Amino acid sequence: MRQPVIEVLFFASLREALGCDRISIETDTAITLDQLHAELKRRFPAERYRTLLDNNIRVAVNQELTTGVVRLNPGCEVAFLPPVTGG
Amino acid sequence: MYRSISVQQADFSSAEELDNLRNRARGGAVCLFSGIVREHFQDNAVTGLILEHYPGMTEKSIDSIVDQAAERWELSGIRVVHRVGQLAPGEQIVLVCCVSEHRREAFAACQFVMDLLKTDAVFWKKEHTASSERWIESSSQDHSAAGRWRTADDVKSDVS
Repeated sequence: MRQPVIEVLFFASLREALGCDRISIETDTAITLDQLHAELKRRFPAERYRTLLDNNIRVAVNQELTTGVVRLNPGCEVAFLPPVTGG
Repeated sequence: MYRSISVQQADFSSAEELDNLRNRARGGAVCLFSGIVREHFQDNAVTGLILEHYPGMTEKSIDSIVDQAAERWELSGIRVVHRVGQLAPGEQIVLVCCVSEHRREAFAACQFVMDLLKTDAVFWKKEHTASSERWIESSSQDHSAAGRWRTADDVKSDVS
């Protein structure tokens, strides 16, 4: 059975800026990314939340990068990713 | 084609990796690249790096890079090892090894994988010096190096 939560992960500079690496959003129904943002805005102080709005931040749902409108179902994992670099 | 990807904290032996890959992939050309943590950033001595990753997604991102290399070149083997966690200057950070029949493919594939690791692999790198710390982003040179490989078709489907 799906858990009635959406797990939200923050990495690297975002984890530091927000002061946490993950939060759980309880929901029985699917929500939009905009609705998720509204919830995050409610949970974090304004200057911390603002770091999630940077144009360079990408969003992955269940470890796949998203483009455009997405439905976030209960049980899914959403990750906010600052610019990556390996090698 | 034999392929193997590891994301790990532990150091690795390039010699062992090379032997292992050669036992699994035949070919007349083996190209091995090893990346080392640099000792300096601009004029500052680097005291260390921290590499963060997203378990699962990081491996998938490397897998996708290896897929692309395998589509482009006739290869019999690719091995990628990428370290995470705390690393000191002089330590190995990454290994890419490609095996093919002839050198051209092995050289090109190795460079391709490294170029895309810089821009497409899901890692975050924080560099410490005696007086500061900063998150490193892939540079414009990194992006143009990776961009060189993109064909006109890739660019078309990449517009977002």
